Amino acid sequence: MLMNLFKFKGGVKPPTNKTQSVGLPIAIAPLPSKLVVPLHQSIGGMPRPVVQAGDKVLKGQLIGEADGRISAAVHAPTSGTVVDVAMHIQPHPSGLDALCVVIEPDGKDEWIDRQPLDYAAMSPEQVREHLQQSGVVGLGGAVFPTHGKLTASKTVPMEEMVINGAECEPFITCDDLLMRERAEEVVRGIGIFRDLLRPKKVLIGIEDNKPEAAAAMRAAVAAVGEDFAVIQVPTLYPAGGAKQLIRVLTGKEVPAAKRSTDLGVQCFNVATAYTAWRAIAHGEPVVSRLVTVTGNVHDPRNYEVLIGTPMDELLKLARPHPDTDGIIMGGPMMGFLVPDVHVPVIKATNCLIAHDDRLFPPKAPEMPCIRCGACAQACPHELQPFEMYWFSRAKNFGKTQEYNIFDCIECGCCSFVCPSRIPLVQYFRFAKSEIWAREREKNAADQAKTRFEFKQLREEREKADKAEKLAKAAAAQAAKKAAEAAAAAAVPADASAEATPSASGPAPAQTSAVPAVDAEKAAKMATIEAAMARAKAQREAVQPKNTENLTSEQQRAASDIEARRVAAHLIEPEPATPAGEKTE
Amino acid sequence: MDILLAIAIMALGAVVLGALLGFASVKFKVEGDPLIEKIEAILPQTQCGQCGYPGCKPYAEAIANGDEINKCPPGGVEGVQRLADLLGREVKPLDAEEKPKQIAIIDENTCIGCTLCIQACPVDAIVGAAKQMHTIVAQQCTGCELCLPPCPVECIRMEVIDENIDNWKWKYPVVEIKAAALQKAA
Repeated sequence: MLMNLFKFKGGVKPPTNKTQSVGLPIAIAPLPSKLVVPLHQSIGGMPRPVVQAGDKVLKGQLIGEADGRISAAVHAPTSGTVVDVAMHIQPHPSGLDALCVVIEPDGKDEWIDRQPLDYAAMSPEQVREHLQQSGVVGLGGAVFPTHGKLTASKTVPMEEMVINGAECEPFITCDDLLMRERAEEVVRGIGIFRDLLRPKKVLIGIEDNKPEAAAAMRAAVAAVGEDFAVIQVPTLYPAGGAKQLIRVLTGKEVPAAKRSTDLGVQCFNVATAYTAWRAIAHGEPVVSRLVTVTGNVHDPRNYEVLIGTPMDELLKLARPHPDTDGIIMGGPMMGFLVPDVHVPVIKATNCLIAHDDRLFPPKAPEMPCIRCGACAQACPHELQPFEMYWFSRAKNFGKTQEYNIFDCIECGCCSFVCPSRIPLVQYFRFAKSEIWAREREKNAADQAKTRFEFKQLREEREKADKAEKLAKAAAAQAAKKAAEAAAAAAVPADASAEATPSASGPAPAQTSAVPAVDAEKAAKMATIEAAMARAKAQREAVQPKNTENLTSEQQRAASDIEARRVAAHLIEPEPATPAGEKTE
Repeated sequence: MDILLAIAIMALGAVVLGALLGFASVKFKVEGDPLIEKIEAILPQTQCGQCGYPGCKPYAEAIANGDEINKCPPGGVEGVQRLADLLGREVKPLDAEEKPKQIAIIDENTCIGCTLCIQACPVDAIVGAAKQMHTIVAQQCTGCELCLPPCPVECIRMEVIDENIDNWKWKYPVVEIKAAALQKAA
């Protein structure tokens, strides 16, 4: 099929270094001594642990329950015993800890009861739910939960679905080998996505340095009887970036702050399609992935590795050279040196590169920016890295946002071409995380302010309510008193009216009005007096009564004590004692 | 005659423009003081009262009326810097020592359920009832320390918020300076 391809601006051509690891077929990595499975492996909510230390688990058993809609479940990668649910160091540039489930394998590698599903008979909602429960996430590196991307937009018709098999980053070959060896399952997985999203076209983009993978995919597409287009795209880093591949295959450019779905395009990685097929057709949750082990090793190749395998154990399989001094997770452009060699393989781990100074010579010191503009020419997002660099360096974060720093995909092209060897991406990452932190603080402050204002409002309202209630009660009391007084006044008035029957009707009312005020006052006084009397009675009632009914012995003891206290000048002598006696 | 005409024209102009200004002042009246709002937006809204005012808004008003800008320890040196930028004043060192961000934790074994801290909390971040155990909603706690003094059993302590993967930040790229090897004298 002849197709017009498009170009994205910029890009670089670093040495690919892919041939080393494609010589050997995929190997299954043996069971490691222990598995440390981090619970938070995907974007979104942190899964809750559902196992405890001491539990026996089977391969594929749920150990972390998805929390919220954008979150994916985590499963035991093999059968064994949960040793611990604790904080462990993560394969993350920070080198900080996060909650992990540590499993000691029992060596049987015994699966749970796997239920193959016929997804054609299921509703799309059920399929998405099943993918979430199977822990299917984007394996291209972003680890976004796949079910979240499988709902077609209601407003924009789905035009194209792009399947990303470009694998543009140097050294990495896991998607290449996956397509060569397991193309049919990849194609069937793409079929699931196609049936959920119903795009008009399905485009599979593969860089033209992987002819074997492209041929295998073409054969598989024909064998399955699908109409997917397998397209070879020019090898240019970062053609495997989602936005770049969409641009190359469809000519659509995703604008800033918009998503590809707004343009009717959705993008998935080939490995994601493969795991989706395994989850649906074999009932296997994501417990392993392909990892390229390469770099400074004797036998670079691809392994199918259980999630949670310590990286140093995996690296040993490829026999690293003795001068290896670290492990890079990911590729040389976007990867990072892991903080500790014991960190586990996670769903985002596509490649381990044994690091040494020969492959990655130490960077020469940073020199001042000469404003050559090479970074702007290399930037695949048409940003101006040198401007963003100035402002990041000066910590002027508002300006970096004006230059669209959040469109930066951190591909590293700018750092790669910089003649002054400025670590531009590091500056951008620094600026981004500072901006995020500020955003978090701002939100917290806003929330605190609303809550504070609400509390003040509530207190005021409560005060007003209370005052109103008191006023009401007082008014009611007064009305009651007035009524009583009026009744009291009415009785003599009636009596007088009886006595003088000749008096006219309204006269008693008139006369009673004056005494009513007096009566009210009198009633008030009376109640006050009554209350005082009651209080007095109460006070007397609670007076200590233990001085009554004393035996003569107790009486004597008490008076002795009193005498001693008087002698010690602790208390004033009893008032009954005449003052004169004290001086004697 | 000419001069009278000129005066009349000027007077007419004055009346028309005056009416226009009067209308504009009614129509486009600004509610509240925008400066106070801007200052308040910079303050961290902990409502802690460490500045000597009962909340962030009263302090914002005081700053607008000429009070010092360095009385807010939770805002830190950076807050002082931003206030100085906004108001065109000089940056001063903070009036108190800057503390790392922290939250209050109630020791639930010691709490007697007196509700005094609940009344003291400016952002309603403490849940509990009389003679029931109280606890602090960590996400809402601003770390203002206002709940510490009222507690009769001293069961509330402040804990510094540790760095974790969610709040970790990339560090500022530091240029490593290596000592050059000393050249031997020839």
